[in-house]
Amino acid sequence: MKRIYLDYSATTPTHPEVVKAMLPYFTDVFGNPSSIHSYGQEAKGAIEEARVKVADLIGARGEEIIFTSGGTEADNFALKGVAFANESKGNHIITGSIEHHAVIETCKFLERRGFLVTCLPVDEYGLIDPGDVKKAITDKTILISVMQANNEMGTIEPIAEIGRIARDAGIYFHTDAVQVVGHIPVDVNELEVDLLSMSAHKLYGPKGVGALYIRKGTKLIPFMHGGDQERRRRASTENIPGIVGLGKAVELARQEMGEEAERLTYLRDQLIKGLLERIDHTCLNGHPLKRLPNNVNVSVDFVEGESMLLNLDLEGICASTGSACSSSSLEPSHVLLALGLSPEQAHGSLRFSLGKWTGEEEIERVLEILPRIVAKLRAMSPLLKSH
Amino acid sequence: MRDVWSLYSEKVMEHFKNPRNVGEIENPDGIGHVGNPVCGDIMELYIKVNDSTIVDAKFKTFGCGAAIATSSMVTEMVKGKSIDEALEISNRAVAEALDGLPPIKMHCSVLAEEALKSAIEDYLAKSK
Ligand code: FES
Repeated sequence: MKRIYLDYSATTPTHPEVVKAMLPYFTDVFGNPSSIHSYGQEAKGAIEEARVKVADLIGARGEEIIFTSGGTEADNFALKGVAFANESKGNHIITGSIEHHAVIETCKFLERRGFLVTCLPVDEYGLIDPGDVKKAITDKTILISVMQANNEMGTIEPIAEIGRIARDAGIYFHTDAVQVVGHIPVDVNELEVDLLSMSAHKLYGPKGVGALYIRKGTKLIPFMHGGDQERRRRASTENIPGIVGLGKAVELARQEMGEEAERLTYLRDQLIKGLLERIDHTCLNGHPLKRLPNNVNVSVDFVEGESMLLNLDLEGICASTGSACSSSSLEPSHVLLALGLSPEQAHGSLRFSLGKWTGEEEIERVLEILPRIVAKLRAMSPLLKSH
Repeated sequence: MRDVWSLYSEKVMEHFKNPRNVGEIENPDGIGHVGNPVCGDIMELYIKVNDSTIVDAKFKTFGCGAAIATSSMVTEMVKGKSIDEALEISNRAVAEALDGLPPIKMHCSVLAEEALKSAIEDYLAKSK
């Protein structure tokens, strides 16, 4: 059976061309960039080349890009780095209720260290109201962190408007753009962000590498102490193959992004429309238009997500769910609850995230299989009375 | 969002794919309706009793793969058992009959045991 991967928001396969670009850096160009001999300098050159590519993609300068081990580290670095470096100015941080755990848990950690965190609600589509951000600002506010697009239900936040508010108030602004970079255009100056997190494996790059954009002049403490790497902001011998892979992935994304976003948006809307038409008592989660080109998230009433996923998997279709039953904490998705969904609706949520190797055929197959699965599960659901 | 079911035994998967005794019994002698306090799932179990023996059992479940498989298994196990014997069936016995469950899914088998107990209690209350 041909398997169908529809979980690109969890991770993407590494693009074959990215793998090809990385390979020499395991064997031939293996030097330590801190060494002054030719091996070291070749490796150093490769890092700087990748740095410029990443910077170019988001309208930044090379020196404003720090390579990290991924999106989670970039989020941790941004939040802890700014918080601890600006304690003398204030202790208040503003964030949203649907952030990734990398931001939420870091904020909780900072709260335990004496920082005050305001967590803003979202509307039924998952949008933060920039007016709420403005109202939440106090003279103690040192950082605002709002994700650019949500990983579960795809809603794209009004980052530029929040950026303007932060800039006017003189407050640092961080955005987690892990789901966005490489998929739709991002410009740090248009968005007026001071810090931006990204991850390679969400854009057909390798796992274990990401980057944090840090606007020149931003005060933050180093993430790791040790050697002089990454302008002394993150010590540790650089992950050269990974960084080269990220550079190549970014280069490919730049060439393909425009067309690919259009293609995926079309497929996304086909899938959404088809699911809502073919399965009654189903609703779309997240904003219908302000939405990542590749994200489909629906709640199917009266059925539980893990049992749907399991049935889909038996048919070779790989997706994900926000159901409590499939999370290790046995809690439903905090994102879906924040939209105002009941725990039962969160239970019945399914996310299909599309990507480079998704075509009409895959969408058709989901539309053919899922209604059958739902009918089978509904027949055994006590929530749906047969009379 | 994790791959919990890679830990499911073949027996669990078999019952999940082809659950036995799905549905409701018309004019049942006992109905158990329980909710799972851990993850919020729901199970309904119906029994038909003749001469203190459970002659038929059916279920409806809103829950994960383990919840469906344990519902299916418990309804199979009770058929032909006396009320006293049925009350002895523990969640562990159901899980064992399925060749085990991942630790994080043991609470789903508790739901199955409770649904059975509550159906029997309902029967005993009615037949008083
Ligand atoms: S019924 Fe929710 S985890 Fe099994």
